[in-house]
Amino acid sequence: MLTVALLAFVIFRFVGDPVELMLNEQASQAQRDELRERLGLNRNIAWQFVTFVGNALRGDFGISYRNQQEVFTLIAERFPATFELVMVATLLSLAVGIPLGVYTAIRRGSLLAKALEFVSVLGVSLPSFALGILFILLFSVTLQWLPAFGRGEIVQVGGWSTGFLTPSGRLALILPGITLSLFQITLVMRLVRAEMLETMRTDFIRFARARGLSDKAVHFRYALRNCLMPVVTVTGLQIGNLIAFALVTETVFQWPGMGLLFVQAVTFVDIPVMAAYLMVVSFIFVALNTVVDLLYAYVDPRLREDAVTGAANAR
Amino acid sequence: MPAERTAFGGRLARAFDSDTGWSFRRSPAAWISALVIVVLFASAFAAPLIAPQNPYDLRQVFIDKAELPPLWLKDGEMPFVIGTDPQGRDVLSTILYGTRVSLVIGLLSVLLSMGIGVSIGLLAGYHGGRIDNLLMRLADTVLSIPTLLMAILVSALFREMLPPAFREPFAAGVIVLSISLTNWVQYARTVRALTMVERKKEYVLAARIIKVSPTRIMRRHILPNTMTPVLVAATLNLGLAILSEATLSFLGVGMPITQPSLGTLIRIGNQYLFSGSWWLVVFPAAQLGLIVLSVNLLGDWLRDALNPKLR
Amino acid sequence: MKVPAANVEKAARTNWLAMGAAALMLSGFGVTTAMAQQGKTVKWGAAREIASLDPYSFGETFTLSVLNHVYEGLVRYTGELKIEPALAESWETVSPTVWRFKLRPGVKFHNGNPLTADDVLASLARVTHETSPLKGNLPAYKSSRKIDDLTLEIEVNGPYPLLLNDLTNIYILDKEWMEANNASLPTDSGKGIKGFATDNANGTGPFVVESRRTDSRTVFVANPSWWDKPRHNIARIEFLPITSAATRVAALLSGEIDFTNVAPLQDLQRLSASPEVKVLQTNELRTVIFAMNLKDKLFESDVTDKNPLKDIRVREALYRAIDVDSVQRRAMRGLSRSTGAIVAPAIPGYTAAQEPRLPFDLDGAKKLLADAGYPNGFSFNFNCQSDGLVNEEEFCQAVAAMWARAGLRPNLSLGPRSTQTPKRVKGEFDVISFGWANEPMIDAYSILVQVLRSRSGSGGVFNWGNWGRPDIDALIDKAGVELDNAKRIPLMSEALMIAKREHLFIPMHNQPMAWAMRSTVANTVQASDNKPRFWLTQMR
Repeated sequence: MLTVALLAFVIFRFVGDPVELMLNEQASQAQRDELRERLGLNRNIAWQFVTFVGNALRGDFGISYRNQQEVFTLIAERFPATFELVMVATLLSLAVGIPLGVYTAIRRGSLLAKALEFVSVLGVSLPSFALGILFILLFSVTLQWLPAFGRGEIVQVGGWSTGFLTPSGRLALILPGITLSLFQITLVMRLVRAEMLETMRTDFIRFARARGLSDKAVHFRYALRNCLMPVVTVTGLQIGNLIAFALVTETVFQWPGMGLLFVQAVTFVDIPVMAAYLMVVSFIFVALNTVVDLLYAYVDPRLREDAVTGAANAR
Repeated sequence: MPAERTAFGGRLARAFDSDTGWSFRRSPAAWISALVIVVLFASAFAAPLIAPQNPYDLRQVFIDKAELPPLWLKDGEMPFVIGTDPQGRDVLSTILYGTRVSLVIGLLSVLLSMGIGVSIGLLAGYHGGRIDNLLMRLADTVLSIPTLLMAILVSALFREMLPPAFREPFAAGVIVLSISLTNWVQYARTVRALTMVERKKEYVLAARIIKVSPTRIMRRHILPNTMTPVLVAATLNLGLAILSEATLSFLGVGMPITQPSLGTLIRIGNQYLFSGSWWLVVFPAAQLGLIVLSVNLLGDWLRDALNPKLR
Repeated sequence: MKVPAANVEKAARTNWLAMGAAALMLSGFGVTTAMAQQGKTVKWGAAREIASLDPYSFGETFTLSVLNHVYEGLVRYTGELKIEPALAESWETVSPTVWRFKLRPGVKFHNGNPLTADDVLASLARVTHETSPLKGNLPAYKSSRKIDDLTLEIEVNGPYPLLLNDLTNIYILDKEWMEANNASLPTDSGKGIKGFATDNANGTGPFVVESRRTDSRTVFVANPSWWDKPRHNIARIEFLPITSAATRVAALLSGEIDFTNVAPLQDLQRLSASPEVKVLQTNELRTVIFAMNLKDKLFESDVTDKNPLKDIRVREALYRAIDVDSVQRRAMRGLSRSTGAIVAPAIPGYTAAQEPRLPFDLDGAKKLLADAGYPNGFSFNFNCQSDGLVNEEEFCQAVAAMWARAGLRPNLSLGPRSTQTPKRVKGEFDVISFGWANEPMIDAYSILVQVLRSRSGSGGVFNWGNWGRPDIDALIDKAGVELDNAKRIPLMSEALMIAKREHLFIPMHNQPMAWAMRSTVANTVQASDNKPRFWLTQMR
């Protein structure tokens, strides 16, 4: 994590100078220098880094240059939006990807299965931003079924803002959710297919068949169950990537999540927000990796490490 | 010369007759996509010869010809077969040049990440112990930042560190670096795992006994045995690298507008989505989709064909 | 976690409730239900979020224009950009350096507190505090004192003609409210502490902030006890920032927003074609020019021993090589107003003599270059921004192509403001695109003192390319202390004419601005300062 912090910090020292964007046409040179001084941009780099890490450890990421709010609050406020979007995308990818994967594995070689496989490759070949734009054009402008931007009405439940509880909130989740999940659907589908094919060749499935069990029972009770573990693992690992990738979706749909916050921070050189975002996302990422590793080691002592990390990095 | 050619021809013929070749001929997806790739690569790299216009040469661009629609629509004009952009550049030419940029970036970043990944994987796997620990910790660090974020940050960093005069010429290099620096881990892990297995095998031990240098053992003995999965991964990663570049360019941190890649073209076209100039976004997006699709289909086939279990 | 996860809405409401019975009437729900029957809702899709609810936290024109719905100054601009009384009813100059303002009686803040001279003094103290980013907006301020509850005096450093213009952007806050909430000082970004006024607002304006969620939605509701007679029928403004232009246009076409103050030029045709949408379009005060590096050496060029741009013939060649009609027709979609002046006609200091442009003359340009000793041209750096001026990417590319045709070799560097601005400030450029609106002053003195003046003291902050001249400086300094407009304005015009004769800059156009709205918006006022004024807007 410290390496991440150092990296984040070094990078941000080079992305630009916020001062010119913070003052208006009328400000004098003296004011500009003064502000730079107050923001600590004139001190030496080591000093800045130590301060940064020290504060970050206490959960204090400072105050945003762009909208003058505490960075921690800003991120905490945006987290639910991103989290709900990622959850929807994840559930969608499981709900669609697993059946498709099973089907293409069982009916391997059939016309429909081949078509599905082709579509799945198509799904990873189109950039998600282009798809999002097409969706907006089709469903918002032409058909006027679904909103083009934002989260709709949201309800505040304690410290958490949710869009699940209102009709407009749920509608607003559909397009960004689908856009974000497409890649993931393909990933799950292909993983399930590969695992199913592998499992179907194993001895215990042959025995099951030999025992005269029906195809259905063999496929779902034995084979599918056996390949769910890697699916869940990869899904878990992919959540971190989805959070990062959400920034593209959030930009297209003006989804008020952490990704949008980050993209806007980049254009404004809002250093505290960028640094905090990076730290938070890496933290989530590392935490998820660790949890999944532990879980995996617990369930499957053989530790098929390469299969898992390989798939997780495929992005 | 002739001898070489026959040897090469013989090798080709052998490849054609091999299991892999047989499976290639049997799979329409594979040979169609291979054909598409060959055509796209050829047209992209021959862009200066076949494109009606050089869109980078400011003297050839006339703003009076801006936003002409494709030829088959009203107001279409020769030689602008699929229309012009708001600067009066021929869209077909920008796509051909843009494809070249995207492909070069994709290929270079795959080669570079493969180079880094394979070397690190070999070193870590062969030496083990402390070196292994150190290198794998490095890999973990890279892994703890999602690839897209990492690429954004690295490209922002390099862009600012270069002196201004070098920024534009090296814009592509910056993106190659930023994509490679995040993608090598996968190769490293694969190669390391395979190396650790190979290292214990007798032929390596034999080589060590006769005092072959470790570098040579790694390069001449272990490396060839790890190449199959690496090549499969590389093919599939080419599609991803091209997409990553497009995403970076779409977010505005990729290729500059003066040397547009397909992603840059889509970003610009997106601004004209509602103005009726649909050809500005549809054609570059279709081209990008086509490239990545063919590469992915080919990669899929390669993976299945080289996996003995699936025969 | 320090603040209970950012429930701004709730915090604002409880705060007002705590302020007593009068506040209760105004707080969130009361207002909405009361107004719901008579008033309409307008959904405003903006291109970006406002920086803060604190009018002194950020000297940015757009933020201030949105906050003008909540806060007001002593004086304000009308829809025709004339200064008229607002919180001050009348004023007089007691001496050349002392102004006396009489406040309007009966004005109440949103929390029910009456407006007094103390509030104005506290506001002036806050805005001129050393950490205030808006300090520069009131450059001549020296001190202020209370005469009685509704009268105060402001003293300025020296004779200063533009105090009223400056005061249009200095909004008045409630002293008691600031003190009660520890917000008497402006938010200091350097200290890393959030200010109360960042998320909460208490002004005198026509609208009250009901709730705010940054980057998502800020809701304003009508202020039933506004001192002015409302000329709007709006009960509720929903301010919705949508950064992506395509998404914003989509939202307008699908009816998710009623209004946007930033409609992309290339989409205007499509928007006007929709029966539900209409477009309001005019030219802004902002004039776009190309400014040149006039230091001893070029920043990035194949000519290394001298600076060709210091030769007036070369500057003229660059000027003549631009086919401004093509730029206007294509890059600016026929919507910009090409000009030879560097300030807009509405700006005092402009004269008709500044208007004519040098004609487009490619052969003449080539000849001038040859005469100056550059028959084969030279290369130079050309710095433009991708998110700055209207269609900046487009017109910069077009002009680069035109210069290339004259034999020059411009190296176009395009990037976001955040990376381009630092290079400009450091002088790392040869030619830049540059826009100046002369706001909030609405007077040519703004561009003269900030851009044309040689660097000295507080002048010439934007003189990035060393283009100052002693003759122009002298005129500017004279105009700066002249109170009589009949003498002051000719001084400024003369300075602008010198700049024109010397081709210090290459003027291009007054930038177009376009608002698009659905038929739900009956009429509104579009002034050339590009600020939406919903208190002058009728909904259908």
